[in-house]
Amino acid sequence: MSEPMIVIDGLTKRFGPFTAVDAISFTVARGEVLGFLGPNGAGKSTTMKMVTGFLSPSEGRASVCGHDVVSDTLAAQRTIGYLPEGAPAYGDMTPRAFLQFIARVRALKGAAADHAIAEAVAATELQGVLDQPIDTLSKGFRRRVGLAQAILHNPPVLIMDEPTDGLDPNQKFEVRKLIKRMSADKAIIISTHILEEVDAICSRALIIDRGRVVADGTPAELISRSRYHNAVTLTVEGQLTVQSAEMLKALPGVVSMDVTARGQETVLTLFTARATASAAVAGDITLVDAVARVAREQGWIVRALYGEPGRLDEVFRALTRSDIDATFNAKNVA
Amino acid sequence: MRELSAIFRRELSGYFATPLAFIFIVVFLFTMGAFTFYMGGYFESGSADLAIFFNFHPWLYLFLIPAISMRLWAEERRTGSIELLLSLPVPLWAAVLGKFLAAWVFSGLALALTFPMWITVNYLGDPDNGVILAGYVGSFFLAGGYLAIGSCLSATTKNQVIAFVVSVVVCFLFTVSGLPLVIDFFSSWAPQQVLNTIASFSFLTHFTAITQGVIDLRDIIYFGSLITVWLVACGLVVDMKKAG
Repeated sequence: MSEPMIVIDGLTKRFGPFTAVDAISFTVARGEVLGFLGPNGAGKSTTMKMVTGFLSPSEGRASVCGHDVVSDTLAAQRTIGYLPEGAPAYGDMTPRAFLQFIARVRALKGAAADHAIAEAVAATELQGVLDQPIDTLSKGFRRRVGLAQAILHNPPVLIMDEPTDGLDPNQKFEVRKLIKRMSADKAIIISTHILEEVDAICSRALIIDRGRVVADGTPAELISRSRYHNAVTLTVEGQLTVQSAEMLKALPGVVSMDVTARGQETVLTLFTARATASAAVAGDITLVDAVARVAREQGWIVRALYGEPGRLDEVFRALTRSDIDATFNAKNVA
Repeated sequence: MRELSAIFRRELSGYFATPLAFIFIVVFLFTMGAFTFYMGGYFESGSADLAIFFNFHPWLYLFLIPAISMRLWAEERRTGSIELLLSLPVPLWAAVLGKFLAAWVFSGLALALTFPMWITVNYLGDPDNGVILAGYVGSFFLAGGYLAIGSCLSATTKNQVIAFVVSVVVCFLFTVSGLPLVIDFFSSWAPQQVLNTIASFSFLTHFTAITQGVIDLRDIIYFGSLITVWLVACGLVVDMKKAG
């Protein structure tokens, strides 16, 4: 992996007695898309605000492309494209005027500015609304204006706070495609609480809760922490007797089983030990095969049978609890 | 400088993107005229100068200028665009100065549009145009002083109404600090030196001096340093907010 472009070391932010971000450390390398996950108020936005120079850290350091964000703020900011939470813009401007303003600030002139604006507009499909005041645009368009602004100067580092919030499914798909396309030569941080997004575009995910990193790994690694990782779910018609259910539970590798009745069907989930690296449990016969064999032998009418990769939302819930007892929302402070 | 000009141009065009500029200028010209001709009894005075006109400026500015300055930072804070602005590679001084200069030029434009007054007085009589020019210069600096104060106070809040009210009060204190209203409060116990210092802060004292046709360097330095001090304070307030 190439050298890290974003280096966060012990970054801490306190608002009075409240610690919003508590000694977070991580790095992001070129080509990586880091997904920032966490409940509301966990410190995602506050961390991004510190990295982009909008808030000063209480402690710790952050550097972007080798520039310290506190001592060399402007140089760091030149390398960053930032989409703040809620995609704020100057509402009385049109997207065209707004992007021209950003281009001027970003030292893009003449043909280079026109080219950059055209590229950003094409990438975010803003052609139709270029001359309407931003205030009059829909939430989805405003978000895309914010995106266009962030990618305008083709920055090596992109930081986006909930880039797909407020977009419809088609737009979400397009934005994810855009992020994926740009990810090859950039270091990207996105925050989201849409878990499917992590799987779709992130090469690495960081779960933070109450200002601390509680998990850091590839989406696959995080999913493997799920209780459902490598579990097998079987849906059969009718009720199962206790004896037949016990037959499934006795299969090699199975540590526990959930049984739920759903209308005329019974849903059984067989959990395996989480340490199991792959779905193979007994020699080369996978658990799915084993369950299928039992079902066949017993003559059950099988409606569904599948192995589970794991459930990210379950991992997320298990790791983060701050949304339940948080009495203080960091967002109101900034 | 590039950043300064980008901010300046955006801010200035911002006034004209909405009806704000139009409404402000109309109200500005209307009240200027109304005060001069009706309350000031301009025609009855029978003198070919604009002294009456300029005498109203500090009092009209007291309300009109905070109406411009209240939005400078408070609106950015309310809409969240301040996060965008401060994460762009723009030095803080360029943001503070760019916003101030745009507001100052805008108020200067409103002031310049009172030129029919000047035409009128030249048509009716034979005024000393040097004195009138000095009056305009003084008025422009006066507006700058009010704007710098308003800019700083606007940075302290996200509520424009609060920014407006506090600015009016602070500007009022600076305007009247040479008048008996303020001086009498101190005169019974404060030493003369303190009284002189307080009085020397008065916008009115310096403004009146300029409008009498004497552009004294000291008066210009007064307004220049007052603007500088308040803009530096504005920068400090914005920077302090970064610390949370």
